[in-house]
Amino acid sequence: MTKIWTIPGGVHPEERKEQSLQLPLAEIALPKELVFPLSQHIGAPADPVVKVGERVLGGQLIAAAHGIFSAAIHASTSGTVSAIEERPLPHPSSMPGECIVIEADGEDEHIAYQACEDYMQLSKAEMVKRVRAAGITGLGGASFPTAVKLNPKSNQPVDTFILNGTECEPYITADDMLMQTRAADVVLGAELLAHILGDPERVVIGIEDNKPKAIAAVTEAAKGKAIEVVSFPTKYPSGGEKQLIQILTGREVPSRKLPADIGVVVQNVGTAVAAYEALRFGKPLIQRITTVVGEALDTQRNILVRLGTPVAHILAEHGFQAKRASRLVMGGPMMGFALDTPDVPVVKSTNCILAPSKTELPPAAPAQACIRCGMCAEACPASLLPQQLYWYAQAEDFDRLKAHNIGDCIECGACSFVCPSNIPLVQYYRAAKGTLRQMDIERQKSDRSRQRFEFRQERIARAEAEKEAKRLARKKAAEKARQQQADKPGAAKADVVSAALASAKPKAISAEDELAKLQRAVASAQNRLEKLQQKHDESEDAAQRDKFSAQLKQAALRLQEAQAKLDARQAIPAPAEAVAGVAASATTDANDPVAAAIARAQAKMSMPPAEKLQANIDSLQQRLAKAEAKLAAARANDGDTVAALQAGVDKMNEKIAAAKQELAALAAPTAATKPEPAARPTAAAPSPAVPPVKAAPKPEKPDAASVAIAKAQQRAAALASMAPRDKLHQQVKSLEGRLEKALERLAKAEADNDDNLDAFRTGVEKTRARLQQARAELESEQ
Amino acid sequence: MIQFLLDNPFLSALVALVSLAVTFGAVLGYAAVQFKVEGDPIVEQLDALLPQTQCGQCGYPGCRPYAQAIADGDAINKCPPGGQATINTIADLLDVEAPTLDEEHGEESEVKKVAYIREDECIGCTKCIQACPVDAILGAAKQMHTVIASECTGCDLCVEPCPVDCIDMLPVESTVSDWKWHKPEPYYQRASNIIASDKTSGAAA
Ligand code: SF4
Ligand code: SF4
Ligand code: SF4
Ligand code: SF4
Repeated sequence: MTKIWTIPGGVHPEERKEQSLQLPLAEIALPKELVFPLSQHIGAPADPVVKVGERVLGGQLIAAAHGIFSAAIHASTSGTVSAIEERPLPHPSSMPGECIVIEADGEDEHIAYQACEDYMQLSKAEMVKRVRAAGITGLGGASFPTAVKLNPKSNQPVDTFILNGTECEPYITADDMLMQTRAADVVLGAELLAHILGDPERVVIGIEDNKPKAIAAVTEAAKGKAIEVVSFPTKYPSGGEKQLIQILTGREVPSRKLPADIGVVVQNVGTAVAAYEALRFGKPLIQRITTVVGEALDTQRNILVRLGTPVAHILAEHGFQAKRASRLVMGGPMMGFALDTPDVPVVKSTNCILAPSKTELPPAAPAQACIRCGMCAEACPASLLPQQLYWYAQAEDFDRLKAHNIGDCIECGACSFVCPSNIPLVQYYRAAKGTLRQMDIERQKSDRSRQRFEFRQERIARAEAEKEAKRLARKKAAEKARQQQADKPGAAKADVVSAALASAKPKAISAEDELAKLQRAVASAQNRLEKLQQKHDESEDAAQRDKFSAQLKQAALRLQEAQAKLDARQAIPAPAEAVAGVAASATTDANDPVAAAIARAQAKMSMPPAEKLQANIDSLQQRLAKAEAKLAAARANDGDTVAALQAGVDKMNEKIAAAKQELAALAAPTAATKPEPAARPTAAAPSPAVPPVKAAPKPEKPDAASVAIAKAQQRAAALASMAPRDKLHQQVKSLEGRLEKALERLAKAEADNDDNLDAFRTGVEKTRARLQQARAELESEQ
Repeated sequence: MIQFLLDNPFLSALVALVSLAVTFGAVLGYAAVQFKVEGDPIVEQLDALLPQTQCGQCGYPGCRPYAQAIADGDAINKCPPGGQATINTIADLLDVEAPTLDEEHGEESEVKKVAYIREDECIGCTKCIQACPVDAILGAAKQMHTVIASECTGCDLCVEPCPVDCIDMLPVESTVSDWKWHKPEPYYQRASNIIASDKTSGAAA
């Protein structure tokens, strides 16, 4: 006789097992419709592999396992998939969930199962694969995918394999019936599973001593095999995995550990038979034995039922008297749950359908206050302190609950059963455990959110830093380029000045740009004006002409505006360096006399008010000339714009007069400022980059500025239309002129013994060199 | 030496005290260096308690800044997503009275929410991506955007910037997998409770 141990606590509720053992195992009629929830096991829901409208056969795969922690689902009869939709689930929440619905065709045609005589010869991996393919899950109640359990991850070798035939809950006799009727298959299944687990030292089939027939049958079947059949005193809840291990091995599974960690694996007897059928006959898990019991039924017995059969159909087959029933329970009275509706199907874990009468299982008496009797603590098989857990669960003190190991509660309900105050203790623990689980999930999620948030902050900061670095690099590169330019050997004499020049350059260019833009604006405005004028002249219709003249006026206004802006721009004294910069840029590009001329002219623009005014007057005079020309043209054509043009000319004349007056008024103070422009070339002289020859303007003749611009523009236009040879020719000529002038000035300077003699000399030298170059070019061109 | 100390009890006491002070000073100094805790542990702990919704309703740009602010003495009742539960745990941690939620910062919502983009209306402006504090939105310029529901904290920040108003905050539906048992009503709150009726009538009297 094998030694057995005892567990702490435990209770002895009324067994009521004989109720369902009076009749033999039966089968019931095929239901019209079968429902297969995709999630009827622990783990991920299965993925449907059939479509609505498809015909399926019994045993055909209809939903494949989604990953390791999942189980396949097979059709249990032939028929058509009528829907894949949400249906109420056999779950304490009675929530709906995705289900495959099959309309049975009544033919019960099955696929050809692949039998395998010598299945024990298969490799273990192949065996596990077949168990998985058959969709087998623990049939005891938890529905844990069996293939996972047959592949324990623990490094601990499995030394004990236990087959659980305890069935300690009242009323349920499904396993009892299985062992009575199929004892040989149970033993074969035990051998098979033990083999997959690596033939552990001990293979035990544990059966409570209230099932003498089952014990006798299994002992008989196991004769001559290395399998112990152990019976032990009936006590609820000996069938709990950890409790059974303790009873049969004396070992306790530590808190938060799995049985596999101490080298033990437990499987239900039903699971063993299912595994045997899967390997021997190739049959997937499509039916199971379920106890249909309770005094609200006319017939109470065990049935071999197809998975997916609606509970309502089973009840109808057993003469269910709804009036007599106090409630409808799936599972046993201790650990089962009440069903809100009988329209849920039988699933893999459905071991019992209980329809008790009101006298049999009266509704729970109202709960009273805890009187601290300590009976629950005595009953608890997990050696917990239920009354403490109750207090903390009520107060939602989760830290204390954890400290009191609520995780080790197996939710057996023994404490509620003994509680004299009828407190539904186990409900509190289930709720608290649920909340703890939820908190855990939430904490994980918030950790992930924190990570993502921090990562994002970091990424943004990094991007910002990169941008900043790029900006800095660009700045540095620009500075370096400037430095290099300043360091260029040719420009060496005065670093400071050239640096200043270099820094002024961009500004000067932008000033030039602006000027050019304004000039363009003026030109386009003029264009528009002319076009309008033309249109106006051509149109005969009076109304249209009015329109045109309005537009004309507007255009004229715009032109004026643009012109004013241009004037203002030209009048703004550009910063000295800028001017110098312009001059410098002009010199660097000495081949372009036009640009040089413009630069010089602009230099002159940045002059004291008197000169500005003078410039203004000049430009006005120019415009006047143009306007007068237009007026003349209009007169010649006898156009009706004559009056308007005449008015414009008059206005301009007026303006010129005003400007001249102002100039006269300024004349006195200008006398004092006059020497300043004269000093300018001297100031600029030290810079070799600005040959005094060029930088020395004729300050006495400020009006020359706009004239120079006009001339330069003319020349530019002329040059543009000239052939390259002519261009060169022109250049040579102008250079000759300049050289002559420079020589003259040099001679004068020599006579005066000027300080700038050197500068003058280099200037002459340079001009000469350039002239020679130009001549050479001209020659080669010829 | 011993004799001298025995003869001068005052001096010997002084010597004893000074030597004690020096020894413990050295021990404490060593401990301060050796067991130095990196970072500000209280901020870490507070941050771990906050819900990490990163919604900014507390007035800080995220949960961690608020944790820092609490550590610096700010009120602990400014986080609506965390609600009373979070306030209670923080109060526990800091050992202070738990105040009620400051309604000024928003109300605690009953249900968890998750952002949902009506994808056919999205114009792909990427505004929501820029707003999302946890990168829970996927998309690219001129492409349809979508929310990674499992990463969305339900913070609401993406709703406002969407120029075509195509983001909804949907309540998270509970499924069988996240269902949990409800806590039973306490005995004294049950209508059918016979003995507790004494109490109710007593209260009514
Ligand atoms: S339900 Fe939990 S606390 Fe109550 S007896 Fe069972 S294991 Fe112990
Ligand atoms: S209100 Fe709460 S969830 Fe929102 S950012 Fe502040 S601390 Fe985080
Ligand atoms: S998707 Fe919207 S609601 Fe969700 S976390 Fe991002 S910004 Fe917040
Ligand atoms: S803000 Fe709205 S429109 Fe813009 S990308 Fe996001 S969802 Fe689309």
